[in-house]
Amino acid sequence: MTLHSGEHKKIHDLHPEEAIAPGSALCAGCGGLEGIRLALKELGENVLIANAAGCFTLLSVFPFTPFKGSWLYTTMAAPVPAAQGVRDALDIRREAGRLAEEDDFQVMVVAGDGSSADMGLAPTSAAIHRHLDFLYFCYDNEAYGNTGFQLSGASPYGSATQTAPATAGHPAGAELGKKDLFEIWKAQNPPYIATVSPREPIDLSNKFARARGMKGARLFLCLSPCPTGWGFDPKETHTIAKLAVDTGIFPLKEYIDGQVVHTRVPKKRVPVENYLERQKRFRHLFEPTRQDEVIARIQQGVDSYWAHYE
Amino acid sequence: MNNGKRRMLTGNKAAAWGARRAGIEYVPAFPITPQTEIVETLAQWFADGSLKGRFTNMDSEHSMFMAAGAAAATGVRVFTASSSQGILYGLESLYTVTGWRVPFVMVNVSRALATPITLEPDHNDVMSTRDCGLVQLHAETCQEVLDFVLMGYKIAEHSQVSLPVLVNMDGFVLSFSREPVLIPDEKEARQFLPSFEPAQPVFNATAPLARASAVFGGGTYMYFRIQQDLAARHAETVFNETAKEFGERFGRFYEPVERFQTDDADLVFVMSNSFATKGKAAVQKLRRQGIKAGLLKISLFRPFPAEAVASALMGREKVAVIDQNLSPGVGGITYPEIVTALYGRPGAPKKILSVIGGLGGKDIRENEFMTVVDKLNDPEEKGPVYLYDEKDWAQFQALAKIARAEKGGP
Repeated sequence: MTLHSGEHKKIHDLHPEEAIAPGSALCAGCGGLEGIRLALKELGENVLIANAAGCFTLLSVFPFTPFKGSWLYTTMAAPVPAAQGVRDALDIRREAGRLAEEDDFQVMVVAGDGSSADMGLAPTSAAIHRHLDFLYFCYDNEAYGNTGFQLSGASPYGSATQTAPATAGHPAGAELGKKDLFEIWKAQNPPYIATVSPREPIDLSNKFARARGMKGARLFLCLSPCPTGWGFDPKETHTIAKLAVDTGIFPLKEYIDGQVVHTRVPKKRVPVENYLERQKRFRHLFEPTRQDEVIARIQQGVDSYWAHYE
Repeated sequence: MNNGKRRMLTGNKAAAWGARRAGIEYVPAFPITPQTEIVETLAQWFADGSLKGRFTNMDSEHSMFMAAGAAAATGVRVFTASSSQGILYGLESLYTVTGWRVPFVMVNVSRALATPITLEPDHNDVMSTRDCGLVQLHAETCQEVLDFVLMGYKIAEHSQVSLPVLVNMDGFVLSFSREPVLIPDEKEARQFLPSFEPAQPVFNATAPLARASAVFGGGTYMYFRIQQDLAARHAETVFNETAKEFGERFGRFYEPVERFQTDDADLVFVMSNSFATKGKAAVQKLRRQGIKAGLLKISLFRPFPAEAVASALMGREKVAVIDQNLSPGVGGITYPEIVTALYGRPGAPKKILSVIGGLGGKDIRENEFMTVVDKLNDPEEKGPVYLYDEKDWAQFQALAKIARAEKGGP
């Protein structure tokens, strides 16, 4: 696969070649799968994926792998330490003259939001601290999706999960807010952080193209609309992903050279309701009784985020 | 044969020297008492250039064992060390990387487990790794620690084993005791253990691999698990071959079990690790009193050398299995393994008694070995016997009295 540098401007600019083959056990309409497909178009095939337990573990089921590069399943909390071991070993071999240049590769952690925000967070922080040279791709479906959609540290306020159900006594469902991994990672000043959306392929591709040539921890949060967990028809994935950006709920941004830059700023933000009402996980905010207070609080959260930058 | 140089070394330093002589290239590390001296020593050697490669300070044992396995899967010779709570914290990673079938050597410096939290030795930590697929060598002396680390790489890296090897030593008792240790000459060590040539494919961009992929349907899972069992079982043959070669080169011969005056013994203590030295002293004392005692030391604990155990114990009348570990509700953890090795064999001992002693650094005193003899001779005694006597009880009562007084009680 030949990689070319330079900014992509339109969809035809994207690499025609795929580093991930179609056909896997993932759900139809998985937003994260589209995200990693686009990411690998930029990164090419010389990538080892260190995988954390989660939905994407089902990408490689013996004896199949959809990847042209390497794959290593680890545990839920330790994909990043595996990346450390692989990277260290490659560096040792290179210094000892036991690694041909064409045998070197990039190491990319692929983990869900549960692993990323919860038990995998301390090892990730440690790796950023050690300046580990790696990529991190978090497919964020805002819950423990593979086990049937339970609350994770990344579940947003007002969403219903199997372990934070909406009831009369708990009309919001999840009462805690979404952990801000972008800001948590940023506190350690890694060379690159970006949020990406499968609905914004040009933006996503340019971000991976920028990160590709850098060294150090390069971290990506990919919003991953989840038909099964969020409750929408798989054909709606792109609509939901687009609304997440257009409502301002999921800001597309990057952190580079110590600055946060928003790469797609919605000109006029669509009300959050339009995003919420299309998903079963937010249905309790509209029926049987409309939860105006909860909806208003979600809108207020979005507005105050953007007020900070406007 | 060049025997190398003799130095006074702690068990921890002996482990570090073993790793150095093995030509290790990578150490992912995390400190824990009483192991820390090992990684401190190695950190110094990487820092001053005595060792080439990388020393990486990790964030936990869970991360550390994962990095160790991943680096081994990428083709470098890896060493690491831990103890106690660290072993428990890292246990998920240990199960994971043994399943990857990657070779490396780790040292466990045995220390009792919480609760209550303490620092001193017993074997519950290493027993927690019993079923995870590690090859295990248990050392009695500082020399054995060094030798087992060197032998460990040879066994781990054997194409028909490809499993990590754990070398165990007792915390404090051995880790901080200095003994004369022969450090093999570097050239001699390299001849015994050449540079790492991975038997399994390692990660290279030109030959991508998918490793440790998920499996469904129990049949595939069982296939891989049986492979692991066969490899672990084969490690006994490889241990014997390695020990023979090691003995011929360095003049120190090891077997899966050590028979100390067992051949004509009426009663045998089964022990492991450094407390076996105390057991041997007790055997000698008993022999002077006309009691035909012996001691069987388990050096290779995984794979379990059932045949060697059975052949040493068959024809012996009474056996006491002294476990420095406890499975509450069962007793000693190795006891059933010894019994199983002897089950149904002609000439099996008439009495096999489970003894629990030396937990959390409690000494096994000479008189306690005499207690074991009495219990073996007492037909009513079914066990398990706790080596915990009036003196220990009185000591605790003194503490309990203070605790009550602090609370304002009587």
